[in-house]
Amino acid sequence: MTELALVVIAAALVNNLVLVQTLGVDALFGASDRVEMAIGTAFVTGVVLMITAVLTQVVERYVLVPLELPYLRLIAFVVVVAVTVHVAGIVVRRASPLTKRMLDVPATVVTANSAVLGVALLNSTASRSLVAALCYGIGAAIGFGLALILFAGLRERLAHADVPVPFRGAAIAFVTAGIVSLAFLGFAGFARL
Amino acid sequence: MHFEQTSAPHAPPLVSVAVVMQRVLFALLPAALCYTWFFGYGLLINFVLVALGAVLTEATVLRLRGRGTRQALRDYSALVTAALLSFALPPLVPAWIPLLGGGIAILLAKQLYGGLGKNLFNPAMVGYVVLLISFPVEMTQWVPPQMGDIDYHGLSFFQQLNYSLLGHLPATLDVDALTRATPLDVVKEGVRSGRSFFEIRGGALFGDFGGRGWEWVANLIFVGGLYLLYAGVIRWHIPVAMLAGLLVPAGVFSFIDPAHYASAGFHLFSGASMLGAFFIATDPVSAAATVRGRFIYGAGIGLLTYVLRTWGSYPDGLAFAVLLMNAAVPLIDRYTRPRIYGQR
Repeated sequence: MTELALVVIAAALVNNLVLVQTLGVDALFGASDRVEMAIGTAFVTGVVLMITAVLTQVVERYVLVPLELPYLRLIAFVVVVAVTVHVAGIVVRRASPLTKRMLDVPATVVTANSAVLGVALLNSTASRSLVAALCYGIGAAIGFGLALILFAGLRERLAHADVPVPFRGAAIAFVTAGIVSLAFLGFAGFARL
Repeated sequence: MHFEQTSAPHAPPLVSVAVVMQRVLFALLPAALCYTWFFGYGLLINFVLVALGAVLTEATVLRLRGRGTRQALRDYSALVTAALLSFALPPLVPAWIPLLGGGIAILLAKQLYGGLGKNLFNPAMVGYVVLLISFPVEMTQWVPPQMGDIDYHGLSFFQQLNYSLLGHLPATLDVDALTRATPLDVVKEGVRSGRSFFEIRGGALFGDFGGRGWEWVANLIFVGGLYLLYAGVIRWHIPVAMLAGLLVPAGVFSFIDPAHYASAGFHLFSGASMLGAFFIATDPVSAAATVRGRFIYGAGIGLLTYVLRTWGSYPDGLAFAVLLMNAAVPLIDRYTRPRIYGQR
């Protein structure tokens, strides 16, 4: 139990997917113009992350390993992620138009998000059990959401800042992301507890 | 002939930025003298070097941007950043550390965001964290207090200056002979290696609550903080919330298991607790703006400091805690907006 809790904390804070492992940085910059949008993206990506974290391990364990096809891992995982995102989109659209508008996140932001695929591959590399893989997915989802929403808040502030011309736009956003990831380095050493 | 025309109201501002910053520097003075008394001249040398780095960087950036340098350099804000950063640095470091730190603090955290009043993060803490992560060896060269029964003699002013600028130490000494672990470090490593907190507390380094010498500096920082409160430079919400956020979990954990968790008093008088509560977390620019937000912001810093000190790998987590909460400030302000009068 403690070990699983540690997996969640490690994935969310110590090895924060975006700020420490630099996975899903495209989404960090692509979907953080407004806080509402960031919350929607964080939620959708988080749900997809948790589902795919388990599904990809199921595929790995019961399809790829018995058939001795580990070299197809990357392609298989991409297919699993794409299908999950598509199905999630249909479910959201069926659920209600309101939720659809709230969670109106371009499917590409989620599908082509290196964080989603990254979690699946990291789970395989660490050969975690299904429960541990789910915990890693939960932690990664929390970490991704946290980074994205914090960063969206900061970027809203940046819009009004008198930034020197050469640093406007992407440059100051990168500097800010750098400082936030420095702050997250304070969590280093947590997994040892 | 040029006459300046202004519209009403004509009341002059009672306090300018420069006056506020002067008061902050004044409030740090007793603690700085006490620090020098116990730990040698390193703090003063570092302050001059950090200030040099900070002011030069500020002037260069403003010159490059074609802005007037005079106004910005006269408001003392770079000196306050320098003072806070020099308190955070170990006394025994080569000169390029404080110079670089001052430059990084001003360039990365202040001028890139548009200068005074626009920074998202506390400049001194950004400078400190960058230095700590980039140069971990130099940034842990802490010295013990020079007190009668602790068998230790510090460097004289010129020996200290000689080390800082040229890297030369007196022939019989080397850096390892001069530096010791800080009380926070001693407690953390001691508890990790299975010793009890009471046993560790018995060491010569420890006084009534925190480390000897350190606790006196903390006392004087507290006095300076009270002066800032009295002068109206800071308000009470953040210091109270921050100390509560630090002391409540410390008290609970040390009540449950006093042998393995340091006492609340130790946390209060160790590391950067006091400096953080009264001088760092209260930075009006990077802190939350609403009253409820200030409570959340302060408590968050205190709690994160405790968590990072107790379970993290760095002895003191205050700088990281401040930066993490700085990052959360836009969200805190967003969700603690006061109700507009007349709105439901």
